[in-house]
Amino acid sequence: VRIALFITCIGDTVLPQVGIATVAVLERLGHEVVFPREQTCCGQMHVNSGYRSEADRLGERFMEVFGEYDTVVSPSSSCVGTMRELHPELHGRLFELSELLVGRLGVTDVGASFPHRVAYHPTCHSLRVTAVGDAPLRLLGAVHGLELLELADARECCGFGGTFAITNADTSAAMVIDKCRAIVASGASVVTAVDGSCLLQIGGRLSREGAAVRALHLAEILAQTGTR
Amino acid sequence: MSESARAFPAAAREALADSQLRTNLHNATHTIRDKRDRVVAEVPDWEELREAGRAIKADLLAHLDEYLLQFEQAVTDAGGHVHWAADAAEANALVLEIARAHAVSELVKVKSLTTDEIGLNAALAAGGVHALETDLAELILQLDGDWSSHILVPAIHRNRTEIRDLFRRTIADASISDDPRELAEASRRYLREKFFTARMAVSGANFAVAETGTICVVESEGNGRMCTTLPEVLVTILGIEKLVPTFADLEVFLQLLPRSSTGERMNPYTSLWTGTTPGDGPTEFHVILLDAGRTRALADEVGRQALHCIRCSACLNVCPVYSRTGGHAYGSVYSGPIGAILTPQLRGIEQAPSLPFASSLCGACYEVCPVKIDIPTVLLHLRAKAVQAAGKRSQRATMKTSAWAFAGRRRFAIAHRLGRLAQRPFLRAGTIKRLPGPLAAWTRARDLHSLSSESFRDWWERRT
Repeated sequence: VRIALFITCIGDTVLPQVGIATVAVLERLGHEVVFPREQTCCGQMHVNSGYRSEADRLGERFMEVFGEYDTVVSPSSSCVGTMRELHPELHGRLFELSELLVGRLGVTDVGASFPHRVAYHPTCHSLRVTAVGDAPLRLLGAVHGLELLELADARECCGFGGTFAITNADTSAAMVIDKCRAIVASGASVVTAVDGSCLLQIGGRLSREGAAVRALHLAEILAQTGTR
Repeated sequence: MSESARAFPAAAREALADSQLRTNLHNATHTIRDKRDRVVAEVPDWEELREAGRAIKADLLAHLDEYLLQFEQAVTDAGGHVHWAADAAEANALVLEIARAHAVSELVKVKSLTTDEIGLNAALAAGGVHALETDLAELILQLDGDWSSHILVPAIHRNRTEIRDLFRRTIADASISDDPRELAEASRRYLREKFFTARMAVSGANFAVAETGTICVVESEGNGRMCTTLPEVLVTILGIEKLVPTFADLEVFLQLLPRSSTGERMNPYTSLWTGTTPGDGPTEFHVILLDAGRTRALADEVGRQALHCIRCSACLNVCPVYSRTGGHAYGSVYSGPIGAILTPQLRGIEQAPSLPFASSLCGACYEVCPVKIDIPTVLLHLRAKAVQAAGKRSQRATMKTSAWAFAGRRRFAIAHRLGRLAQRPFLRAGTIKRLPGPLAAWTRARDLHSLSSESFRDWWERRT
């Protein structure tokens, strides 16, 4: 299948390794990945901050850039969910990565090997807006050597919330501190999710605490083939 | 009641620093959450009930003018008096007038958010009438000059040691312990005397039936029923959105409300009365229909769904923000997610511009709302209104600049390059520990991942 990649602004500038991993997984499965060069940002930050007209222009731009593609994937559930809510015609065309793999392409074993103890944080958008269901867990369950651990209060928000992390920094920090306490208590060496933005929040706190837990995007785990 | 006009972030910071409060809140909200989840899971048609609740309220709001007139007629026919109040001051003046007409200097109150919203107790006190709270938690707050921090459990922020000390100072003697039974018994003795002597009571309402003029109050303690049956004069203050069209509609809400609020299958007391009945209960009954910003909210097509709210408080208990900051930070008797969308609409967005931003948009509130209020969508809608109304200058610049940079791929690439230059002095082994300006808010508690030295698009270009 020919798949257009929507990398997202954060994925492009802060976490390029997530996009690189996404390309690796899809190509390993025999699909063709294309990258429409004109893409920038979906405007979610602007919607969430109350800047509607700016968001509308970015949304229109997104529709122009990706209009010609039947299958578009993004490694960010929150961008996907927001765009589908604002442009319902994207349903069935725009997918979050795990949705695409499990729901559209019918794959759970992507040939990955990752012999580590992993906790999965279901991000709020992936749970309640994009509704990816158990697709990420099924993919993780099929990764060779991976031990999936129970995370306490898993459905509780990590406190990122876009500009909320800045405008309500104290509340946001209280939330991520609790989230990281649960992650560390799970015994995991890696925490994963399907949103890079939430992983910046969680990873930033783990790093501040000097915790021996890495925050990796699901795509980065699925891209690992190791010695299998 | 000391409502705060402070912005949410500052009020929240203070609350977050109180570790006893954090513990009290965490325990209480998680206990109610779990109870709610268990009893909701028992109901096979819960989703259909939610949809029915939403549809009934949507119909009510679409024809509110007609239902209000129908209600007025029904109450009048049943021997009651109906008054219309455009705002808090009018409603309070009406209650004071009724009290004076009966030469009442003390009246008893059923727990009521609406009366708290309009500051009734203070207004009555200014007019020489003492309004005594009879709900145990409300009484505790009144005795201590404190105010409610939760829609359902007003004293959720207090523990029983604090309450024992308060009772020793006020209504009990020094021998009382912190045993909940002893505390309840002390309040019972104190209140019983008041119920027998009070000649006037004030209540709010959970529901009011347009078809029949019936008022419905649900409660756990039975103190509310004492108020609505013993005194000769009863006044109910009713937000106009509390109506339901027909008596049969109560069937839906009396299933939705207790499971969502206290996590009970059924609440212990449900009181229903229609006008007056000779030889039974009050001989004089008044209803005050209160607007106080509700028609303003009604005019907003997106925001009006906030008026569906049946005050169950399920959204507070699941909210990751509320369960850490508590209710006082919201500066209104309506706290948590529902408060964040209701208060700015009742008072006007310019009066509470920080509230729609007091959410991480996690969506847990929408998931549990028994009448399906899409709180995240209303939050976004109100954020846009807040930005239009005032706008924070620093954020405005960020938003405008970023929108400009995102409008073309070359601009975007340039912005990335400039960002990399700007972050260079702060980089320590790939991460940023401390930043000046607005981003300091991030780095106070978290490291910041740096912008990558090679963007994805540069990698892509290099590869192909």
